[in-house]
Amino acid sequence: MIDQLTVFLENTKGRLTSLCRALGDVNIQMHSLALADTTDYGIARIICDDPKGAVAAISEAGFTANLTKVVAVEVPDVPGGLADVLDALDGADVNIEYSYCFADADNGATVAFKVDQSAIAALEGAGFKVLHPEDLYKTAQ
Amino acid sequence: MAYQDEITHMERSELEALQLERMKETLVNCYENIEFYKQSFDEAGFDPYAVESLEDLQMAPFTTKQDMRDAYPYKLFAVPREDVKEIHMSSGTTGVATVSGYTDADIKSWGDCFARGIGYAGGGVDDVVHVCYGYGLFTGGLGAHYGGLAVGAETIPMSAGNTKRQIKVLQSMGSSILCCTPSYAMHIADTAIEMGLDPKKDFTLKAGIHGAEAFSDQFRKNLEEKLNYKVYDVYGLTEVMGPGVAMECDEQDGLHVAEDHFLVEVLDPETHEPVPDGEWGELVITTLTKEASPVVRYRTRDITRIMPGECACGRTHRRIARLHGRTDDMFKVRGVQVFPSQIENVCAAFPEIADWYQIELTREGGLDIATLKIEINPEFPIDEIRKIEELQRRMQQALKDELAVSINIKIVEPHTIQRSEGKAVRIVDLRDEEEK
Repeated sequence: MIDQLTVFLENTKGRLTSLCRALGDVNIQMHSLALADTTDYGIARIICDDPKGAVAAISEAGFTANLTKVVAVEVPDVPGGLADVLDALDGADVNIEYSYCFADADNGATVAFKVDQSAIAALEGAGFKVLHPEDLYKTAQ
Repeated sequence: MAYQDEITHMERSELEALQLERMKETLVNCYENIEFYKQSFDEAGFDPYAVESLEDLQMAPFTTKQDMRDAYPYKLFAVPREDVKEIHMSSGTTGVATVSGYTDADIKSWGDCFARGIGYAGGGVDDVVHVCYGYGLFTGGLGAHYGGLAVGAETIPMSAGNTKRQIKVLQSMGSSILCCTPSYAMHIADTAIEMGLDPKKDFTLKAGIHGAEAFSDQFRKNLEEKLNYKVYDVYGLTEVMGPGVAMECDEQDGLHVAEDHFLVEVLDPETHEPVPDGEWGELVITTLTKEASPVVRYRTRDITRIMPGECACGRTHRRIARLHGRTDDMFKVRGVQVFPSQIENVCAAFPEIADWYQIELTREGGLDIATLKIEINPEFPIDEIRKIEELQRRMQQALKDELAVSINIKIVEPHTIQRSEGKAVRIVDLRDEEEK
């Protein structure tokens, strides 16, 4: 599973900028950003190339952050591609808490799912490529 | 033997005889030497020379905070100025400051009162008293300092602030008794933990004497857990003396009033009639030994009750309950009275949130809105909005159960609520500004 960086953000001006700047300052590259927002606050979910380093750096900068395990899977870039992936999860009775898409380095489509670990076997069994930490991180974590 | 055990264990009859004798002297002294009391006694038809029992005090008029402000700076002093050796003043945040003067004997009594509390906490000559109340016009710092000296302990006058240095001293100098506001003790503990220390092992504290603001039982437990020591409450106020008027003993069940120095009454705040022991009301204090600025029936605006019965510790001085809060700190939301300590009690029972909170009062469309700002702990699974919303709902329900009024919960980022070195700012009232 992949470590997703999760950050609690108050809905105030410039807060997302500060977060991205704090990551940039320690040379961490983001692969994806998904925001879940409510009236008062938002949750930023980030896939990056050094999640542990990111938690340390931004906690130091005063953010509430932690790591969340997600499953990232490459999705065939054809009509119905994502539906096939979801079929595989449904077939294995895997419940999806949330998901979001991002582009990987080869410009292929990747989807991150907050699911339990059993999803990996279901996806691999159906022939999909599940990403491993080494596919995304710049150093071993 | 703890400090002045012979006084704190005095027979009640002997103590009350001493109180009566000292009360008579105080009333006559005030009448003869302070113009304000001459006038107020005369206007009320109160004859200080005719007093025969402690109950007769109930015929004397009150002294209010406003009276003390009107007397600024020296009009309530009973001794020639050359006998006044020290001055303290209230913060004066809500108006003109109130001034209290001390003669040499007053400073000695003050030190004695606080020193008894150090004794209640098991402290004595072998202890290192670390004082990080602010030193200055605020009575906290010097009151604790004089107490440390009186008991014969090694006393470190840290004053408030420079938290990292406080931590360094706590680590290296063997500080065993910490004197500061409860919120500053919490800030020191949290800062030490953030620095990677374990205050349970890295500090050598056995007791904390924490006052100047109301704090809940749960807040006390959290502090004791973090610092591995025992917390003792202390009560005092500038207008009367400073910390030491009443101090908690090992039973943690009420604060023993230094009854040889102060006479306390608890009155119904509306009718000003005495309430029976055990019932809540406003604390009213008459000084019995204060030379420079004695006060008669000073209305403290603090809400407490006399704890009925004897204390298990065996001391005979009566106890007042830990303060609910000051009537000044109390606020009303849609007509319902709320004390910050009630909110704190609820907050402290939620481990998901940090020990810092602030209440913001606003008005929308003529309706009071109270919003409680809390900081979420980093360990909380922030990833799931469902869980955050569920936490908010649970807290809201708990507050509603406790206060009978709805309070909004707003979760803010860590360290957005200002940490305090003295009294914590718990309430931000923006209602008046909006009305202007």
